[in-house]
Amino acid sequence: MLAELDSLKATALAELGRLQDAKALEDWRIRYLGRKGTVTQALRGLSALPLEERRALGVAANALKALLEEGYAQRLQALRKAELSARLRREALDLTLPGRPPALGRLHPTTQMLRQICGVFASMGFQVVEGPEVEWDYYNFEALNIPADHPARDMWDTLWIDGADPQGQRARLLRTHTSPMQIRVMEQTRPPVRVVVPGKVYRYEATDATHESMFHQVEGLAVDEGITFADLKGTLYEFAKALFGVERKVRFRCDYFPFVEPGVEMAIDCFACAGKGCRLCSGTGWIEIMGAGMVHPEVLRRVSYDPERYTGFAFGLGLERIAMLKWGIDDIRLFYANDLRFLRQF
Amino acid sequence: MKLPLSWLKEYVDITLPLPELAHRLTMAGLEVAAVERRGGDWEHIVVGQVLAVAPHPNADRLKLATIDTGAERHTVVCGAPNLAPGQRVAFAGLGARLINPQTGQAETLKAATIRGVRSAGMACSERELGLSQEHTGILVLAPDAPVGAPLEQVLGDAILDIKVTPNRPDCLSVLGLAREVAALTGQAVREPDLSYPEEGPPMAGRAAVEIEDAALCPRYCASLVEGVIVGPSPAWMQERLAACGMRPISNVVDITNYVMLEYGQPLHAFDYDTLREHRIVVRRARPGERLQTLDGQLRELTPDMLLIGHGAGPVALAGVMGGAATEVSDETANILLESANFSNTSIRRTSVGLRLRSEASLRFDKGLPRELPPIALRRATQLLLQLAGGRAARGIIDAYPGREERRPILLTGRRLAQVLGVSVPREEVERTLESLGFSVAAQGEADLSVTAPYWRTDIALPDDLVEEVARITGYDAIPTTTLAAALPAVQPQPGLELKERLRDLMAGCGLQEIVTYTLVGRALMESARDGLGVSAAVRVANPMSPEQEFLRLTLRGGLLAALAANARHQEAMRLFEVGRVYLPQAGDLPQEREMLAGALAGPRHPPFWSREGGSLDFFDAKGLLEEALCRLGVEASFQPTEEPFFLPGRAARLQSSTVSLGVVGEVAPAVAERFDIPLRPVVCFELDLAALLPLAAAPRYQPLPRFPASTRDLALVVDETVPAQRVLDLIRGFSLVGRVALFDVYRGEPVPAGKKSLAFSLAYQAPDRTLTAAEVEGVHQRLVQKLETDLGAALR
Ligand SMILES: [Zn+2]
Repeated sequence: MLAELDSLKATALAELGRLQDAKALEDWRIRYLGRKGTVTQALRGLSALPLEERRALGVAANALKALLEEGYAQRLQALRKAELSARLRREALDLTLPGRPPALGRLHPTTQMLRQICGVFASMGFQVVEGPEVEWDYYNFEALNIPADHPARDMWDTLWIDGADPQGQRARLLRTHTSPMQIRVMEQTRPPVRVVVPGKVYRYEATDATHESMFHQVEGLAVDEGITFADLKGTLYEFAKALFGVERKVRFRCDYFPFVEPGVEMAIDCFACAGKGCRLCSGTGWIEIMGAGMVHPEVLRRVSYDPERYTGFAFGLGLERIAMLKWGIDDIRLFYANDLRFLRQF
Repeated sequence: MKLPLSWLKEYVDITLPLPELAHRLTMAGLEVAAVERRGGDWEHIVVGQVLAVAPHPNADRLKLATIDTGAERHTVVCGAPNLAPGQRVAFAGLGARLINPQTGQAETLKAATIRGVRSAGMACSERELGLSQEHTGILVLAPDAPVGAPLEQVLGDAILDIKVTPNRPDCLSVLGLAREVAALTGQAVREPDLSYPEEGPPMAGRAAVEIEDAALCPRYCASLVEGVIVGPSPAWMQERLAACGMRPISNVVDITNYVMLEYGQPLHAFDYDTLREHRIVVRRARPGERLQTLDGQLRELTPDMLLIGHGAGPVALAGVMGGAATEVSDETANILLESANFSNTSIRRTSVGLRLRSEASLRFDKGLPRELPPIALRRATQLLLQLAGGRAARGIIDAYPGREERRPILLTGRRLAQVLGVSVPREEVERTLESLGFSVAAQGEADLSVTAPYWRTDIALPDDLVEEVARITGYDAIPTTTLAAALPAVQPQPGLELKERLRDLMAGCGLQEIVTYTLVGRALMESARDGLGVSAAVRVANPMSPEQEFLRLTLRGGLLAALAANARHQEAMRLFEVGRVYLPQAGDLPQEREMLAGALAGPRHPPFWSREGGSLDFFDAKGLLEEALCRLGVEASFQPTEEPFFLPGRAARLQSSTVSLGVVGEVAPAVAERFDIPLRPVVCFELDLAALLPLAAAPRYQPLPRFPASTRDLALVVDETVPAQRVLDLIRGFSLVGRVALFDVYRGEPVPAGKKSLAFSLAYQAPDRTLTAAEVEGVHQRLVQKLETDLGAALR
């Protein structure tokens, strides 16, 4: 009997070693360990034996059962592992296939640039406000110290709105700059004032790679007691560094706008040629960024601010120009042609 | 303003290298936009002296010239008829770059053998040097030109192109710029001497001037030179005029232009004998009066134009252009010179009105000083005598009804520091202002009483002086500080915030933002058939083109045009724009309403290797509007609507109680066709931000459900005419119903014709307990009953 068990053990283990799939393993289990399996039968057969014999054989038979169960479990695990790895091999992805594009849109480059610029000024305490694009001559020119027939009107070629006022004057226009909001803001609030005004502006201008009849400006205005030209320089310098990098040099030169005195033009050193002179900077090494200046006393007087007490500075920059410089865009007309191949680059 | 350096040097010593000078001018407000160099490429060209001229052994028309360049002697072959011993000439050695007179191209000079004689170098003509077209002989230099010196030293020049801002008409003159250069470099200005012999009869009995309108003509000066000979002006004057961009005409006209460039004061020369009664009348034009101007045009005049008349009729448009009848001609013998001051407003209106902008009107319309006319007149009279001969009358006419005294301006040290943020020592302020010609007197400890020089018309306020000090000492010298002042109170900007949120939402929903022109044309508006004709739009009085004539009433046209423009190279498009529309308001500025509009067309999913089908349609647009409204906390319903822009039965108005928030729908195929959009369907939507703004609410927290929900599916068959929304509303309104989702709409077998099957998944839930199965079943049965009785629905 003991010998029979030994041979059974040898056969079962030999078979187990040859099994290649789960089906064969299950057959093997049923053959040996199933309800009618050889080992089960052998164990069951023990009850007919005398006690002494039964004890000795019982130990051996149970040991065999345990051994085969253990062997089964190990084999099962090994086969599963092999099967899983085979399946994973079969089902591996072609990882080089392109990913499925997420359905995300983009903001127009002017919106992105506007947010960047306003963000920089917001961090310096400037609040964003907006104003009308169709303006009265009064706000666009007269209150800004540019009366009718002022020679400086040549600086802004104007698109006028149809229809004259009772004096026969064409009093409404498409604002040529965001500066009218200087007046509107100061009319509505008392100092301190610290605002930036983004918005569309319009010029009667033939379009080419650097000129558009519609573009965006960002106007800035800070008025209070004790605001100085030195503050103007410092604020605009911080802006230039934030937008164009801390290594930028800035240059402030005298320029003329009727609503500021002294008047300023700010330039940064050309990042394309590091100031040596190239096409981008027309050989000067400097790139003009914005006009600025100390708010003209006449402008303050116009909004009933006492110019003896309050001083302030104003600035205005062309948004597309800044975006073109920052992103290397060579034609301003691309902004409003709305070619998606352009817009999707930003 | 073109400024030849050689001319500038006549009034001020140049102590700085040219690039540094250009930089200083730029920084001080006179931007040097370009510097054109003359003679920069004259390498190997020096002043040579012709020692001897001998005949060429083999050619009658050629000569052999021996030319001394100081260091060497050269024998060259020369064909110029004007070659003579003793001349100083421009000698080009081998390697020099010269213009080939035949081709106009620059070529490098090489040694050549001409008719058997070797020639290493040549004497140049003006044309070969690129100076002019003159090529009939060689250029003969001044007899004192230093032999051996580079030609550039003798003839070279640089022409600065200076952008003069409109506040500085004084800098539209060489002398004015010389004054700036002097102040910037610490030099003195040499003003021209203005004396001339007055050998003619007294001016008094020879001519008279009457000013009818002193407001328009504050000053009128005139001189008389009799017996002139009209002819070409000398080469030096022609060269300077040409360098400044003016065409030489005759000595008389050139002198008036020359003095205008020199002093900034326009002048006019009349043929004295054509002036009836020798009487000048400065007056407004009479209605219907006409004048033939120098350019040959007959011009209609109006009473707001100032004109110069004589005894009978108009002779010139004051300050703008002379008349043909009194023009100086070759026969003219006697010249009456005009140097006057006119109101800049009047000149500007006249020149803009007649579209006649001249060098003169460009100066007058900026406002010229009243002190200038007699000074410029004397200079011109002097030059006239020198270059055209004749005798000047004794004295000049000086009608000066508009005399004004210059008032001193008090510049306090306090104001300087208040504006600049740094105090400037009084001595420095004084020195700076005096260098610019201001007269300065100390006033107390720290203040100055300052009077501007006559040529400065732009100085009225203390702050104008602050700028003068700052720009001459340099903006670089002012420190850099950060704003220390108090921050204003924050004013909420809900409109702006809403706009930016919607932008982010739309981009988040997969839409690309575009920005289109706010000015549109009639054709675009009509194609968009947006229900509002061009008659309802604000019109530009002076449009640049018919495509930019009206302010848009909707964003639709721009969106569809962008869709069409991209259709060639894009399969799917989801576009949106946030921008204003402009609604006219009588007697006021138009109402500018912020709108959001979008357009969708093409396949729902971008091209991809695993195909997922379907075209973007109405429900894509509706879905993103629902999402946007949900995010903004706005409740709205979609009500059927009709307008020609949309396909009937496929457009809805977004309604929140009685307020219309916008519209969404499938664009009528005829409209899409007019825009040449190849894709179908095209879906468009619009939201009115102003209507949305008061409804938008901040999110409000709802407690999370604490007890589990029981879900049931419910398939109903209803009439086609029953909108899904009614069924949904009814279910949602039922007690204990939590979440509801419509997950299927089915038509066809076995659902009878005229009916549709709607399948919902719903969750029953109570806030305070777990519902028992019996409770759920009871509620569900009651819901089904209600659906049957209210909507005629049948369970499927
Ligand atoms: Zn550069």
